Amino acid sequence: MARDLLIIGGRIIDADQNIDAAGDLLISDGKFSQIGSPGTLPSKNADVIDAAGCIVCQGFIDLHCHLRDPGFEEKETIATGTKAAAAGGFTTVCCMPNTNPPIDSRASVEYVIRTAAQSGTIRVLPIGCITKGRKGAELSEMYDLADAGVIGFSDDGSTVANPQLLQKAMEYSRTLGLPIIEHCEDPMLAKDGYMHEGWVSTRLGLKGVPTAAEEVIIARDIALAQLTKAKLHIAHVSTAGSVEMIRRAKEAGISITAEVTPHHLTLTHERVMRTGRGNRSELLYDTNAKVNPPLRTEEDIAALIAGLKAGVIDCIATDHAPHHEIDKLCEFGLAAFGISGFETALGSLMTLVHNGHLDMKALIAALTAVPSRILGKNYGIPAGIKIGSTADIVIFDPDKEWTVRSSDFASKGKNTPLEGQALKGKVKATIYYGAVVYSEG
Amino acid sequence: MADLSLSTGLPETSPDVWKHEHVLDVDDFSRDEIDLVHEVADAMGEILTREVKKVPTLRGKTVVTMFYEASTRTRASFELAAKNLSADTVNLDASKSSVTKGESFIDSLRTIQALGADVIIIRHSHSGAPYLASRSVHAHIVNAGDGWHAHPSQSLLDTYTIRKHLGTLEDKKIAIVGDILHSRVAHSNLWGMSKLGAQIVLCGPQTLLPLDTEGFISRSGLSGVTVEPVIEKALKDADIVMALRLQLERQQAGLLPTIREYVQRYAITAERLRLAKPNALLLHPGPVNEGIELSPEVAYGAQSVIQEQVTNGVAIRMALLYLVCGRKHN
Repeated sequence: MARDLLIIGGRIIDADQNIDAAGDLLISDGKFSQIGSPGTLPSKNADVIDAAGCIVCQGFIDLHCHLRDPGFEEKETIATGTKAAAAGGFTTVCCMPNTNPPIDSRASVEYVIRTAAQSGTIRVLPIGCITKGRKGAELSEMYDLADAGVIGFSDDGSTVANPQLLQKAMEYSRTLGLPIIEHCEDPMLAKDGYMHEGWVSTRLGLKGVPTAAEEVIIARDIALAQLTKAKLHIAHVSTAGSVEMIRRAKEAGISITAEVTPHHLTLTHERVMRTGRGNRSELLYDTNAKVNPPLRTEEDIAALIAGLKAGVIDCIATDHAPHHEIDKLCEFGLAAFGISGFETALGSLMTLVHNGHLDMKALIAALTAVPSRILGKNYGIPAGIKIGSTADIVIFDPDKEWTVRSSDFASKGKNTPLEGQALKGKVKATIYYGAVVYSEG
Repeated sequence: MADLSLSTGLPETSPDVWKHEHVLDVDDFSRDEIDLVHEVADAMGEILTREVKKVPTLRGKTVVTMFYEASTRTRASFELAAKNLSADTVNLDASKSSVTKGESFIDSLRTIQALGADVIIIRHSHSGAPYLASRSVHAHIVNAGDGWHAHPSQSLLDTYTIRKHLGTLEDKKIAIVGDILHSRVAHSNLWGMSKLGAQIVLCGPQTLLPLDTEGFISRSGLSGVTVEPVIEKALKDADIVMALRLQLERQQAGLLPTIREYVQRYAITAERLRLAKPNALLLHPGPVNEGIELSPEVAYGAQSVIQEQVTNGVAIRMALLYLVCGRKHN
């Protein structure tokens, strides 16, 4: 019989049940067995975690990440990616299908599920391709993929450029009750673009991606979602105009949800040019800030935060996109897009709480209860902190100051634009099925 | 004026205004540094008038040109500059060799460093490549043009040419006409010319201007730069007119309806040049598309200083090579 786990002295927040109170949690056999006031629970036969000064909440759920497995194991594997996710406080991650081969067949879905069961640290829910090979030409076998266990469909990395094909995909996904997760980027408007089109792209002589590249596709997709009544989830919203269109679509009763990443909420296109540290006049061309969609402006950040607060943007997803050093140590135009985000997500997002832009409970909801609702089905994700429920929790110190050192990442992807940056807020422990899967070293 | 008695080579000490390990762009040059480059270029220009155009300043130094983009003029100019200073030169045509072999930029740089390069002159189609180089190897990096971003030696030779004619750029009206968006020459000149006090007017069709040029100007901290899409207004009373090369693929990319229409609206013709001041200087970074951005009669006319730009380019590049690695280090 495994020993119990007793978590004492923390502030328990459960967004769904509207709980925010000091309390202790006793976990037995992977489930919450007792919830009590501080100091009231028995510690006999229990390992104790002191959560004084920490927040205890449901483990984070990430609707959007890249585990790179199969095919790009030099960037990440399911083993290293889930370890990194656990270090970031996540107990459930949904992985995008742009692997090699892409997750467009029953066999590849089964590979991800089997590998996650064998070598993963936390719950991995695969997303299947909308089109075969992500080529945008023919639908993948969506019934088969759903049977094999995908939680939604996406050609993430590319938009389904052909609207007629996307309409058919939405009709299939509606029948299956699963969301279409769209990467919204018009391929012609974004062609050869490396960063946000604005004054910094001009300053650096880099071809830009206009905000309209995202917005024209969101407009199209909203019309198709209205037509088909499919569940549409917009990945990584990056512009103020997108927020406004999603707001109007929701008001019109269209079934649409949206996510935003920690980096789009906290960093601007100026990060490509130089860091916030020191007064270096030298231009950086920081490939670690090269990401798709690109980092935008202060005005976009303000609109994204306002959208998140108003519920127009439903949740936060990392778009964790690990890369090998050689994918980034090259000319800016040749560098891969993406940020390794699991392990800096909480610290980045806590900046918004510390600055008063976001309420702690709203932040936790956007990382737990809301993404769980967007998934719509159970998938084994516990319903929250209640007796009898599976104990997937994260314990984090909202005030702990630390410095980002990518060499300490569990992820193979060291590609972060936050290297050397001081953040406030860090995960102390992550517990999955009642077992400690990450503990701060 | 720095003491530059060049009969036996350049002085071993020179004013400590020079702060640059590398020449990446003129955006971080002080006014004094630009002045110094021009003063040294005067001395270099004197060498170029001698029967034996050679001094031993860079004897024993290795200067490598690494061109990831086709170039004849700039490369020849840098090579002559290095040879006039007695450096050993090696030319790597990276656009043909290493890229097709899949060799990475960083790896090529490290190889060149291991071969003993003191200075690496880089032309690259990707903006920012020389910055990456400067962080990757110990050799001095000189940017000979990176993507749409910068072409510092061109800007320094342009301002030098103007100064030789007009003495100063202070409050001079300079019209830069053409493909501003994709022009590294225009970008570096925005910095170089505005630092010297010029009033710059950018002129071209909106598709060849940045999306938000005014925002770019104000957020970048540039002063004295405005936009005027109507060429007649842009040229009015200009002291200097600079035409930019129009890459013909811009039309194929859909940025221009036809070359014909561009010529009608934006070519510098004798008639249009008369809108500028009577003795206004006409510059062009070369090579000229005759009959497109410039009509032949102005390209070779009395106001054209295009050939002087080429000659001055060698002196400026000699000055830059001298300043980055020709002096005795403490």
